[in-house]
Amino acid sequence: MREINCLKITEAVKELVITAARDLEPDILDALFAARDREKSPLAKDVVEILLANANIASRDQIPVCQDTGIAVVFVEIGQDVHVTGNLQGAIQEGVRAGYDEGYLRKSVCDPLTRKNTGTNTPAVVHVEISTGDHLRLAFLPKGCGSENMSGLAMLPPSAGTEGIVRYVVDQVLAAGSNPCPPVIVGVGIGGTFEQAPLLAKKSLLRPVGDHSARKDVAELEQRILAEINQAGQGVHGLGGSNTALAVHIELFPSHIASLPVAVNIQCHAHRHKETTL
Amino acid sequence: MSFLKRAPSFGENFREVKIPFEEGVMETLQAGDLINLTGTMYTGRDQTHRRLCALLAEGKTLPVDLDGQLLYYVGPTPAQPGQVIGAAGPTTSYRMDPYTPQLLALGLKATLGKGARTKPVKDAMQKHGAIYLATIGGAGAFLSKSITSAHLVAFEDAGPEALFRFEVNKFPAVVINDLAGKDYYQMVAEGRQVKI
Repeated sequence: MREINCLKITEAVKELVITAARDLEPDILDALFAARDREKSPLAKDVVEILLANANIASRDQIPVCQDTGIAVVFVEIGQDVHVTGNLQGAIQEGVRAGYDEGYLRKSVCDPLTRKNTGTNTPAVVHVEISTGDHLRLAFLPKGCGSENMSGLAMLPPSAGTEGIVRYVVDQVLAAGSNPCPPVIVGVGIGGTFEQAPLLAKKSLLRPVGDHSARKDVAELEQRILAEINQAGQGVHGLGGSNTALAVHIELFPSHIASLPVAVNIQCHAHRHKETTL
Repeated sequence: MSFLKRAPSFGENFREVKIPFEEGVMETLQAGDLINLTGTMYTGRDQTHRRLCALLAEGKTLPVDLDGQLLYYVGPTPAQPGQVIGAAGPTTSYRMDPYTPQLLALGLKATLGKGARTKPVKDAMQKHGAIYLATIGGAGAFLSKSITSAHLVAFEDAGPEALFRFEVNKFPAVVINDLAGKDYYQMVAEGRQVKI
């Protein structure tokens, strides 16, 4: 049994919170470079250049890439041979609070009814999974809600099949227009249950941008959906061009014989995500 | 710009426009025009709009006279020591739509955000002679460099949703809805965009 002190978890979460807001990961930067290089519209190309310049300024001046520094989503994977001393949930929440405070990040979390700001950006949404081994993995995905609001879930009939899945996902992304800050990353969860499909969609966003599913038919489906979205020509920020989406990530889970849940979680181009393993 | 192959040209060839708009300028702005805004703008997002309209419903005076002004939908990050403002890019505009017609009726001349507006807002813009502009979502660090001062005007307790007055210098924007009733997002969707 390996002991991990919860103070170490708080420190790690705080660091993830601050760095995620300021320093985009190489995967999203590479995807933006590629989008710029293949973009034919001069205006869209210039806008992507600005997005890259923006990332550069944020990293250089250590200010947030985007003012919507998100609601904090933390994925925790705990090996069953780990013993956390102290309060795991409390440690994560304290890391989020300290990170948003010390990082000069925007506190965007409020009571859903009164709309009164909690003032700390807590509580964070925390997903915990038990795995084998003696490691503790933390993945941080601050989620801006311009894109989160454009997400959706459909409980399709099995007869809808692959065509129905493609139509739903493509329509969901195109109906969002420029609201979610395209070029977007499209997280798709197929199967499972009413609550499982959206979680799969969100978790797919942790995959390096543009990495395809290991399953050949699923990888082909990712490419087909991406092509259909981009053929519509809405483009970067809805200003036209061929880069409405940078990638489509699909995660699957077996479903009931009567059911075909499909969830779409849209992520903006300011795709902030950081991971660490303790 | 260490990792850019070339300096972005975005903004360099844009038309310079003063805000509040000078006499006769709004009439010349067309859907799809790229402009740099210089002057004064006010800010507000969800809670600011809710509170402004609540004050109107109570027959009270607003903390700012919006007649002739531009309202930017933004909730910036806190300024670090020595900074004017933190990241300050646009938020999605449609959430302000239930409130916007009331503010346009007060003489608000332009709104600035991202994403399409609903029909009641487009109708109200036509009725009151107002336009809608978009700027680059997710470019909050870049856009903050165009903001030369930020002054808190009202609703300090709303935190990031407070109402600020910004002085801006060459703040880039695209005209989406013009006085003639054209909608640039619609033009792109129909393949009628002119600038690409």
